[in-house]
Amino acid sequence: IMKLKLPNPGLEDRILSHDELERLEVEEAGDRPKWDNKAQYMLTCVGFCVGLGNVWRFPYLCQSHGGGAFMIPFLILLVFEGIPLLHLEFAIGQRLRKGSVGVWRTINPYMLGVGIASLCVSFLVSLYYNTIIAWVMWYFFNSFQEPLPWSQCPINANRTGLVSECERSSPVDYFWYRETLNTSAAIEDTGGLQWWMILCLISAWGVLYVCCIRGIETTGKAVYVTSTLPYVVLTIFLIRGLTLKGSIDGIKFLFTPDLNELANPTTWLDAGAQVFYSFSLAFGGLISFSSYNSVHNNCEQDAVIISIINAFTSIYAATVIYSIIGFRATERFDDCLSGNILTLLNTFDLPEGNITESNYQEALHSLNTTNPDIISSLALKTCDLNSFLSEGVEGTGLAFIVFTEAITKMPLSPLWSVLFFIMLFCLGLSSMFGNIEGVLVPLQDLKVFPKSWPKEVISGVTCLVCCLVGLIFVQGSGNYWLALFDSFAGSIPLLTIAFSEMIGVVYVYGIDRFNEDLIFMIGHKPNIFWQATWRVISPLIMLAIFIFYFSTTVTKEIFYIAWDPESENFPTLEKKPYPSWIYVIIFLLAGIPSLSIPCTAVFRAIREYCCKKHPSVRKIAFFRIDGILLLFFAIVPIKNMTLFVKMP
Amino acid sequence: MLAGVLLLIFLPPLVAKDLCKDSQDGFKVRLSIKTGLGDDAYEWNESEMFLFRSTLAYAMRKHSNQDTYTIDNILVCNDTQRVSFVFVVTSTDDPDQLIPKEQVELAVRQNKHRINNAFLLSDMTLEFMGIPPTLSAPIIYDTEPWLIVFGVVIGAVAVGIVALLMSTVSKKRRAKEKAAGLSEEDEGIVKENGTALSSLGRKEGVYNQAFSNDDRFTKL
Repeated sequence: IMKLKLPNPGLEDRILSHDELERLEVEEAGDRPKWDNKAQYMLTCVGFCVGLGNVWRFPYLCQSHGGGAFMIPFLILLVFEGIPLLHLEFAIGQRLRKGSVGVWRTINPYMLGVGIASLCVSFLVSLYYNTIIAWVMWYFFNSFQEPLPWSQCPINANRTGLVSECERSSPVDYFWYRETLNTSAAIEDTGGLQWWMILCLISAWGVLYVCCIRGIETTGKAVYVTSTLPYVVLTIFLIRGLTLKGSIDGIKFLFTPDLNELANPTTWLDAGAQVFYSFSLAFGGLISFSSYNSVHNNCEQDAVIISIINAFTSIYAATVIYSIIGFRATERFDDCLSGNILTLLNTFDLPEGNITESNYQEALHSLNTTNPDIISSLALKTCDLNSFLSEGVEGTGLAFIVFTEAITKMPLSPLWSVLFFIMLFCLGLSSMFGNIEGVLVPLQDLKVFPKSWPKEVISGVTCLVCCLVGLIFVQGSGNYWLALFDSFAGSIPLLTIAFSEMIGVVYVYGIDRFNEDLIFMIGHKPNIFWQATWRVISPLIMLAIFIFYFSTTVTKEIFYIAWDPESENFPTLEKKPYPSWIYVIIFLLAGIPSLSIPCTAVFRAIREYCCKKHPSVRKIAFFRIDGILLLFFAIVPIKNMTLFVKMP
Repeated sequence: MLAGVLLLIFLPPLVAKDLCKDSQDGFKVRLSIKTGLGDDAYEWNESEMFLFRSTLAYAMRKHSNQDTYTIDNILVCNDTQRVSFVFVVTSTDDPDQLIPKEQVELAVRQNKHRINNAFLLSDMTLEFMGIPPTLSAPIIYDTEPWLIVFGVVIGAVAVGIVALLMSTVSKKRRAKEKAAGLSEEDEGIVKENGTALSSLGRKEGVYNQAFSNDDRFTKL
């Protein structure tokens, strides 16, 4: 299995030889865009990898899977899964000097499907990712007022009290679910388009268009700001956070190791998935960015540096987030306790200051012994700091509910709000650059647009189409659609693509040829670590994650959580099952990218066989290959399809 | 006779106490001075109570537009260490008659702001049980602040797009003019190796290997 190489005739004709590459390098000929300097390239890749997931997914995983102990599976899988895949994508892009579609078509025309799958996934992810940026912009626009609109409930129509939906939940929940999303109660009722969200979506796509209008010429300048500003803001928040009461409790809670979690397979699975998605692999964007480098760029060093920066950013962001969450939990705990103390003072008409936080327990105990029935009738809340700390949610809940609430409790709230949302905006935008690159370059390679159209028009049309399709997410049920896209379009297809990439480079392109290319590019043969991980370890890890992910997704009940003011458990979100027609959508989202890998191979094979009248030896060889490749790439996606069909 | 006189003297306060204690028209008041003022908290004593009664009398005066209310019209009882007590308001015409609850409530609501300020407290820390705090009017903006920021951002984006597109158009126009200009100059220049000298972009020209500067052998 180590030295297996699938037959791949014609490869030499499709790629540039080393001498041709050298000449291209020296003469600086060719119309391919180039990076102005190495810093631009590094900042763009760091920006693509470091995204919203580092801020709102990693801290939650860290805290829920045993704190400091989570670092162990995370770092192990980073080294054995993340870095090898990253190096592979950088190296193949730099060597073949094409975007994702071009690279796979060059390696073998039957592998064109991998490039198309990357294109589909990049497109689907761009759609919903930019909607999240639109939400961030809405909050940013609303941060320029004091008091912040999510700090208090609005008054109802006849001025007798607060709006009931807000009173039953909280001002931050109300602002998010009602005034921002205006969410409907179920995914079936569309709820109509929300005009304010349309404006925010237009501004999000507008900003993206300005930055991507001429490809890396403009994004290369934009990343100087979008990739560095988050670090500045994180540092400011760290300093602010550490001066707040309760922040150290939060950080301690985050990092307290629980080594028992290491025995739980979900921990390893989540760590692997997080490493994988965090590196934005299989989108095709990294291959594109790397192809604009000079051919002797040290991609090995780049891969290691970017991985280290990504890991460091995750840990740093987790520290900052949890210092603020610790502050919020302490505030809530103090409020809870003061509320109880006030109730006791009022009921027993004791002077103020008689019961304080320090003697609360003894006072309660003594009062309970003297008047137990009164105490039980009071319904005092139990105040537990740990339960407030574990309320740390993930995803949009963390950013738009928990963190915004914490901000309202800080002095000078509008300033912190503006800084926080600028940071989220920059994180999201720099990731979008990579996504859009993964959409635009394949479209150009596939010659979808006429050659005469200038780059500006192509990127404009793409952004316009994405904006229009993205209107799905600004209707009343948009939040549920977004969660759907996130779970299915951005998960399983990526795993399939990454697995195919590894197999494609190692076994179809040939690991020997790849090693020679690396000797040519960086001067030395990649050492035993790279050989072992590329050939065996990383594909196995990918396969394991895929199987686990797939089986857990397919076997469990698929439901979504909805904000329904009429439900019994309001304000807790209600679990609702998906309607049956959603399963078709799920199949399209996950299936189309994955199935395009074998389907393209089949389509090409049929074309080759039917159109050419005289089968030669070469034809037979092709047939043999497409048979092998078909079997190989069809197993996984067809299993995908049949298991979906089984569902009710 | 003496008993009768004594009864007459002590009856009003007794009756007053009964009026306050048993009445339905009283309101319970609770003050949380330490919570509201922290280190600047003052002691609750008779003088503070005097101030309270006088502010309530003031509130009744303003509400009923009668200048006859005095501090004796405000009766207080059930004073506790919490700093909470019950008060009732007697009518100016008849000291045994109480002002109905609704009237007192209206008077308090109208002047809550003044009463709060007299004690440096707020609606949260000076509570009248049964009288909900009046909600402040919602701030109505002429233009929502978020629309203003949105306008700024969209304006910047539009300017950026136009500027970049203009620079592309002008670059293309300049390149076209340069190409047109070059093709006019080409006719006069001797071609070398199929390319015009000027398009090589070098001012010094091309070094002609055939011409040797070394004239050692030709000096003779």
